[in-house]
Amino acid sequence: MKPSLLISAFVVGIVSFLASPARGAADSGPVKIGAIFSVTGPAAFLGAPEAKTARMLIDQINAAGGVNGRRLELVLKDSGGSPEKAVSFAKQLIEEDKVLAIIGPSTSGETMQIKALCEENRMILVSCAAAEVIVNPVARYVFKVPQKDSQAVTWIYRTMKQKGIRKIAVVSSNDGFGAAGKKQLEDMAPAEGIEIVVNEVYDKGATDLTDILTKVKAQSGVQAVVNWSIVPAQSIVAKNMKQLGMTIPLFQSHGFGNRKYVEQAGVAAEGILFPASRLLVVSELPDTHPQKPVLAKYQRDYETLFKEEVSTFGGHAYDALMVVVEGLRKAGEPDREKVRDAIENLRGFVGTAGVFNYSATDHTGLGLDAFEMLTVKDGKFTIYKP
Amino acid sequence: MDPGNLALQYFLSGITKGSIYAVVAIGFNLIYSATGVLNFAQGEFVMLGGMVAVTLAQFVPLPVAVAGAILAVAVVGCLLELLFFRKLRHHSILHLIIITIGLSIVIQEAALHLWDEKVRSLPYFTGNEISSVRVFGAAISPQVLWVLGAVGVSVAGLHVFLRYTLKGRAMRACSSNPEAAMLAGINISNMRTLAFGLSAGLGALAGCVISPITMTHYEMGGGLAIKGFAAAILGGLGNPMAAVVGGLLVGVLEAASVRYLPAAYNDVSAFAMLLLVVFVRPHGLFGAPAGAQVREH
Repeated sequence: MKPSLLISAFVVGIVSFLASPARGAADSGPVKIGAIFSVTGPAAFLGAPEAKTARMLIDQINAAGGVNGRRLELVLKDSGGSPEKAVSFAKQLIEEDKVLAIIGPSTSGETMQIKALCEENRMILVSCAAAEVIVNPVARYVFKVPQKDSQAVTWIYRTMKQKGIRKIAVVSSNDGFGAAGKKQLEDMAPAEGIEIVVNEVYDKGATDLTDILTKVKAQSGVQAVVNWSIVPAQSIVAKNMKQLGMTIPLFQSHGFGNRKYVEQAGVAAEGILFPASRLLVVSELPDTHPQKPVLAKYQRDYETLFKEEVSTFGGHAYDALMVVVEGLRKAGEPDREKVRDAIENLRGFVGTAGVFNYSATDHTGLGLDAFEMLTVKDGKFTIYKP
Repeated sequence: MDPGNLALQYFLSGITKGSIYAVVAIGFNLIYSATGVLNFAQGEFVMLGGMVAVTLAQFVPLPVAVAGAILAVAVVGCLLELLFFRKLRHHSILHLIIITIGLSIVIQEAALHLWDEKVRSLPYFTGNEISSVRVFGAAISPQVLWVLGAVGVSVAGLHVFLRYTLKGRAMRACSSNPEAAMLAGINISNMRTLAFGLSAGLGALAGCVISPITMTHYEMGGGLAIKGFAAAILGGLGNPMAAVVGGLLVGVLEAASVRYLPAAYNDVSAFAMLLLVVFVRPHGLFGAPAGAQVREH
């Protein structure tokens, strides 16, 4: 081959390469949706089911002919739970992949790192993390799908009052999730008439917690324990309490929302109380419940495909993706401004966490009724009836 | 609870934690004794032991699963030595230590891909999640007795092996004077491989007995290695019994600190104590001062 031919071949290659993004943006190509989940790393228990859920839904939607006649393409990034990686992936999705919207990240820390970035670049972000600060103050382009921490705490305190509990012990892990829950519990206790008499923080990698629970046991008048952490500590607390012969009730956060955790705590999980979405108790819901069809289908599809139990976390990815898809369907075209407006105007959209009603002032869209107080009975989740 | 019972309960919860650190520290010690390398991948052997046993336990009875896990991880330990350390034995100890840190990351990632991110555990060997043994009004999980049993068996087994068997004596000879050992016809390289295998096996045993208490997941190794290391240093490196005492001491210190301070200062008090001991006795509580002596049993 002559050098000139080589050069021209090279130039042609470059030109076609440069031209390809333009083709991608044309009306016929797939609509790209970005996703940042911590599929590996410390928050993998969130990210792994989220990624599986998102992939499954995208396949289902495409098999059914896409949205408005266009296929969807998922651009999935694994942040490993690191806020730094989340930032660089968000930049990549905005600048290189030019996605319509980003769903995720899995954790509040990561979400807060990219909130401003998405807002500046007018990128729609539908977060799968729970912290209140994500949507308070409201950012024009930032939404979230999980229930708020404060709603979980409200449910816990109300259940306590029904049971006549006033003095409690709070134990929490020293990570972002534990710290956020601890703060909500402390802030809301006075207004609800609850007194926190023991308040202890433990290492998230703790191997045994009998010493802290001994301290709780030694404090007279404690009527209940609230634990705010993720695995494995939330199972260790349950086991250690029973081993110490403690009979006061144990409340956990909505982070207990996976049947796997009940298996890990074994018989020690019996009687644990925690607020969670109805995804975990689908079979108990009356057929007339608006969420029943959505929940039953998601659970069946997920459990058949992945051979593992559905969790509320995967449900967040369901909600985030479907909120974007619903916005896209309403907007009629992948125009980011129109889709954003459509999402903000979604009313009565049924997801796994609850029925979403977004507005210009509320980018969470869920009310207190999105939670249900659950308990563990015979190794299964069931709705708590006082 | 009256104050006496309460003190006992704190002590027992310290023993629970301490037994976990001790059982990890023993494996740390063996590789150090035989090769002079501080193996920061020791926590990963513990994790692998738990993971393999949990997987095997789905198909075979628990004791077989535990034995299988110990064997499998021991083989992994030997392979690591053959693949990485044998070729690099002329490098400085510092290089080798850094390699162990690299290996720990590789093993962790491999475990993540082989299994997944989920938390698993073996069933309690005796009783279940809520059973406990009562001692004067205080409670301790029967699994802790299993851990202490494993500690006892490991220490006794090592003692007999290193003192009374030809192989064990050869291993000690390698550590105290490699040249002389070589002249006496001992294959030093093979001894090192054996030390890695043994220590990986001990780590796996630890991983199995602690699994019901701490649960097993791919990231557990790092934290355990640090605490096990602290225990080994506190006791004095190179002596399995000292590692056990060191481990129990760290555990009891942590529990005692919870009694008086917020639990968040748990590690602070444990490590402050460690520093204090190392300032006064740089070779640990029971270690001998001179370098060569430290590695003697």
